[in-house]
Amino acid sequence: MSTAVAESPADIKERNKKLIGEVLEAYPDKSAKRRAKHLNTYDAEKAECSVKSNIKSIPGVMTIRGCAYAGSKGVVWGPIKDMVHISHGPVGCGQYSWGSRRNYYKGTTGVDTFGTMQFTSDFQEKDIVFGGDKKLGKIIDEIQELFPLSKGISVQSECPIGLIGDDIEAVSKAKSKQYDGKPIIPVRCEGFRGVSQSLGHHIANDVIRDWVFDKAGEKNAGFQSTPYDVAIIGDYNIGGDAWASRILLEEMGLRVIAQWSGDGTIAELENTPKAKLNILHCYRSMNYITRHMEEKFGIPWVEYNFFGPTKIEASLREIASKFDDKIKEGAERVIAKYKPQMEAVIAKYRPRLEGKKVMLYVGGLRPRHVIGAYEDLGMEVVGTGYEFGHNDDYQRTTHYVKDGTLIYDDVTGYEFEKFVEKVRPDLVGSGVKEKYIFQKMGVPFRQMHSWDYSGPYHGYDGFGIFARDMDIAINAPVWKLTKAPWS
Amino acid sequence: MTETAEKIRDHFELFREPQYEELMENKRKNFENYVGDAEVTRVADWTKTKEYQDKNFAREALVINPAKACQPLGAVFAAVGFEKTLPFVHGSQGCVAYYRSHFTRHFKEPTSCVSSSMTEDAAVFGGLNNMIDGLANAYALYKPKMIAVSTTCMAEVIGDDLNAFIKNAKEKGSVPQEFDVTYAHTPAFVGSHITGYDNTMKGIVEHFWDGKSGTVEKLERKPNESINFLGGFDGYTVGNIREIKRIFELMGVDYTIFGDNSDVWDTPADGEFRMYDGGTTLEQAANAVHAKATISMQEFCTEKTLATIADHGQEVVAFNHPVGIAGTDRFLQAVSRITGKAIPEALTKERGRLVDAIGDSSAHIHGKKFAIYGDPDLCYGLAEFILELGGEPVHILATNGNKAWEAKVQALLDSSPFGAGCKVYAGKDLWHLRSLLFTEPVDFMIGNTYGKYLERDTGTPLIRLGFPVFDRHHHHRSPVWGYQGSMNVLVKILDKIFDEMDKATNTAGKTDVSFDIIR
Repeated sequence: MSTAVAESPADIKERNKKLIGEVLEAYPDKSAKRRAKHLNTYDAEKAECSVKSNIKSIPGVMTIRGCAYAGSKGVVWGPIKDMVHISHGPVGCGQYSWGSRRNYYKGTTGVDTFGTMQFTSDFQEKDIVFGGDKKLGKIIDEIQELFPLSKGISVQSECPIGLIGDDIEAVSKAKSKQYDGKPIIPVRCEGFRGVSQSLGHHIANDVIRDWVFDKAGEKNAGFQSTPYDVAIIGDYNIGGDAWASRILLEEMGLRVIAQWSGDGTIAELENTPKAKLNILHCYRSMNYITRHMEEKFGIPWVEYNFFGPTKIEASLREIASKFDDKIKEGAERVIAKYKPQMEAVIAKYRPRLEGKKVMLYVGGLRPRHVIGAYEDLGMEVVGTGYEFGHNDDYQRTTHYVKDGTLIYDDVTGYEFEKFVEKVRPDLVGSGVKEKYIFQKMGVPFRQMHSWDYSGPYHGYDGFGIFARDMDIAINAPVWKLTKAPWS
Repeated sequence: MTETAEKIRDHFELFREPQYEELMENKRKNFENYVGDAEVTRVADWTKTKEYQDKNFAREALVINPAKACQPLGAVFAAVGFEKTLPFVHGSQGCVAYYRSHFTRHFKEPTSCVSSSMTEDAAVFGGLNNMIDGLANAYALYKPKMIAVSTTCMAEVIGDDLNAFIKNAKEKGSVPQEFDVTYAHTPAFVGSHITGYDNTMKGIVEHFWDGKSGTVEKLERKPNESINFLGGFDGYTVGNIREIKRIFELMGVDYTIFGDNSDVWDTPADGEFRMYDGGTTLEQAANAVHAKATISMQEFCTEKTLATIADHGQEVVAFNHPVGIAGTDRFLQAVSRITGKAIPEALTKERGRLVDAIGDSSAHIHGKKFAIYGDPDLCYGLAEFILELGGEPVHILATNGNKAWEAKVQALLDSSPFGAGCKVYAGKDLWHLRSLLFTEPVDFMIGNTYGKYLERDTGTPLIRLGFPVFDRHHHHRSPVWGYQGSMNVLVKILDKIFDEMDKATNTAGKTDVSFDIIR
């Protein structure tokens, strides 16, 4: 576990530099050169984290990254609950992403909502040879017949679709026409596109722009706006995160007209251009669509962070600052209301967690956004990195991390294990593929994609659960049992 | 206020609080374009009808909630069964992230596997450079003794030739010439995960026995007294393989577990992460050519591998995930016949204990109706055991089953009066099963975790047996093969039956006249 001796930032930087050198030695020269650009120690005197990002992973290593399909189907589109999302191609992709992200939703599954179902065109060899367009048309007919209350269909392309040159756009257009303009939306998110899931987010956002906004037409003419309409953008409702966030926004007097995309509906997507402000949690996956709405519809957007009371408080005020005094007062009222609750949570858990060191490696926004929540509990993040971050994510990270923090972009399994082995943090926060590796090493772990099937972690209600879960992880008696008394 | 420091509630309690219920109701009413409760109920009721079932079964193109995964998953499963072997998937990297997560969620264990990370440029120019760099990196970083290459749909569509690519990579010095790199083409659009297991095992057999892609002499078979054992793709591999080893040791059999992944998915937590643990040694894999016979626990999972082995002159024997008395009897008798080793008294006693347990308990199972779904061999084995227990299978469904499987299961059903009226469904999915469970209800359902959606929709209690099981822990550590494994299965079935009995009788003052402490 972490050493009791306090190290100076200079010592830490020196150690991290040495550590990076050590891991690079294991690679063949060509790969060492490429990987060297992705590893660094944050220097507070410099403006940036100075790591390269959003570049192809090197072959043959255990990259933790996913693919464009995962970014579109798994993240952006999948949680739109009243649509049927077809995993178009072979059976596997849909099977592996089936229900695994815990995008909670309310509805009658199989009747008016479809979030935890796996729809696939189950490509066979003949579909590869002859093309799958005809089959896709038939699938859409069958969905229409068996799921009459579905409000739309999306076609999530898997690798072969792009390679064999299927025209899913033409099929979608024709079928949409046949079914009275029902949204039938082709998404070219083949897994080989781009370098990670990140391109899938971008493609999915662009498709919403072109196939939802541009075609919504008169559909939302009857929508009655209010001056306090906002849309939650980039919250996937993992374990109910978006609900724990929405409740605060509504309590402060705002009207949330859409949730993107956790517990979301096509109607909410279509109505979003009527919002007065878009509030953006996962910047990485959805900044594209908020930028578009700003340009096209003049809707401003603001980033927020609902992890931990310090950041929640700042975010509520930031959001309120875009509105009148009624909302500003509302924000203060909400902050004051939850203050005693938050103080009690901190009073209970901080003594158990104070001084504990954390290493993170997650996707989206979490490598930086959760740092404040750890700090509220007296913990320190000593290393962090993104699966699929871009340069602007690393720039934003500098606002969160301390001098000397180890930064690793697209970390490989090999590097991550060595870093944790040497730094010996008290907790690692990453994904399921990493979890059991570190637990076997005797290092407590929490899954920071799925919240270890717990959650929500967003909002004030989420912070209580977050604090409890970190206590569960770090202070479990099991970690004292790792070594046999005779070994 | 909802959450308090004194009592932090979990999501399933938190979101039942009135303020959250109200929030969701307002969202629905104002923003979701909700069709209304009456319409939802009308359509929900319609999905339970025979009319809906007919439409559902008329589906030709759409697949909904299939009980199968893709070939490359089976390839990874097979590859990790060899000593210090790194599975290497040639294709786009997202697939590997999925395979690793999928196994990790089932076994609660790390799964090591690399990808050649092919992207757009590889789609255009082919993935040769990815193979050259990938093998070099994997070899340098993870220090494997062997790399087992398989493909994804992407590599197959663009037509990458693994044999040529590996040869090329070796010439470029990615790995030493004599380093073992096995390969199998495992397109995701053909078959399922069991096909991938089969192709990979076949690839490994051919590599070691047939001269390592023409680089060394083919092995000359010198028959000995040992036997090879193939487990097949099996969610219980950790418990099952260990149980088989115990049985073989009791019998004094000289054996090779071909693809022993029981240790790598059950490493200890003692401060060290073992990327590789246990496994069939490469020497054993090569020497397996000399064995007298190869026994496979899963016929439909090892068709090509067994054919290849038979071509080398060995006897091959296949079972269908044997569980229960007769299944285990057949297995032990075959082992005894092939090896000439007697079935020891200890195993005969175990058999007697299982018969004893069945005798004590089958009254609770007799006449109960079951739906069974999963991989073809597992379905067969479980169906046979249910018949033995006096239960009545009603629907048996394997999305990755074929006509031959259908016929084989039908023959099994025809052999018992308890099988009358049962239908077998090859190629159907869990949405088909949903219709069946409404129109021809059963008492219990046996299958993997995804059945919990069917349990919710149809009210049919689910007995979790299969792959994957994500939402219960450690089941894979208990065997389901052999008399002892069958005992585990029996207990699992009975526990569910008793739980349901208790649930039906636990309302105070209403149903609790028979809320008994003795069952």
